[in-house]
Amino acid sequence: MDEMNPNLQIDYHGQVVAATLTDEKILEDDQIQALEGSFMPLIEQNNNIQLVIDFSNVKFLTSSVLGLLIRISKKVYEQEGKLRLCAIDPKILDVFRITRLDKIFEIFPDQDEALIGLKR
Amino acid sequence: MSSSDTVWHKSWNLPGKRAETEAVCVEILDAARQRAYHEDELFGVYLALEEAFMNAVQHGNSGDTEKRVRIESLVTSDKIDVSITDEGTGFNPNGLPDPRQGDNLYKCSGRGVLLIRAYMDIVEYNERGNCVHMVKFRDKEGRIRKALYSE
Repeated sequence: MDEMNPNLQIDYHGQVVAATLTDEKILEDDQIQALEGSFMPLIEQNNNIQLVIDFSNVKFLTSSVLGLLIRISKKVYEQEGKLRLCAIDPKILDVFRITRLDKIFEIFPDQDEALIGLKR
Repeated sequence: MSSSDTVWHKSWNLPGKRAETEAVCVEILDAARQRAYHEDELFGVYLALEEAFMNAVQHGNSGDTEKRVRIESLVTSDKIDVSITDEGTGFNPNGLPDPRQGDNLYKCSGRGVLLIRAYMDIVEYNERGNCVHMVKFRDKEGRIRKALYSE
């Protein structure tokens, strides 16, 4: 079953959860809090979650989103799950490279490639 | 004389609220677009402005919306020059841990100043540490790419 939260489209591919960020810009505190409020219960409810976060709609974000991604990754690994990011705009990918977060996140060109190898 | 040849200057003295500073970002970026800056350059300027405003409002003014943020901006065909001053006690920008090193990589905050320095050509703070002055020159050399891959 697929779900639509205010800032998030959730699609289930068997046991894999694909979460597509729907906002073009993510910079406000209330956006970050809303996303955190959507992601954390999702992760807690799915032990060993295999989560793919799709950035295809996102054209701008701030470092607050990077902080949110780290909190999400810690929660996923606590649950012994897997996290992948995909479809990141080249300009935003530069932000990951500058901060070297491209070294700690698994990043894929698109959702199809991110789903390969995950247990469906 | 076309608008692209003119000097655009504007000052603000605003309540320390993110909605107020977001409107300032829009105005500064519009002035730059009128002077034909490339969208790739403006992405970095926008990010640096947002990070600097976030620092001013959340850290400098500690979220106190009674405190003000002052902005001076100058946009010409050659550069985008912005100073942002908050009413906080200031901080030591040279005393920040490098968020790319060791366990800092896994911290949830502390990347704003790194991003400002990566995308702007000049970044300097006053002695108190409550005012940041940032300049972005028109990117003729692909500086952003160089910043990414230099140590």
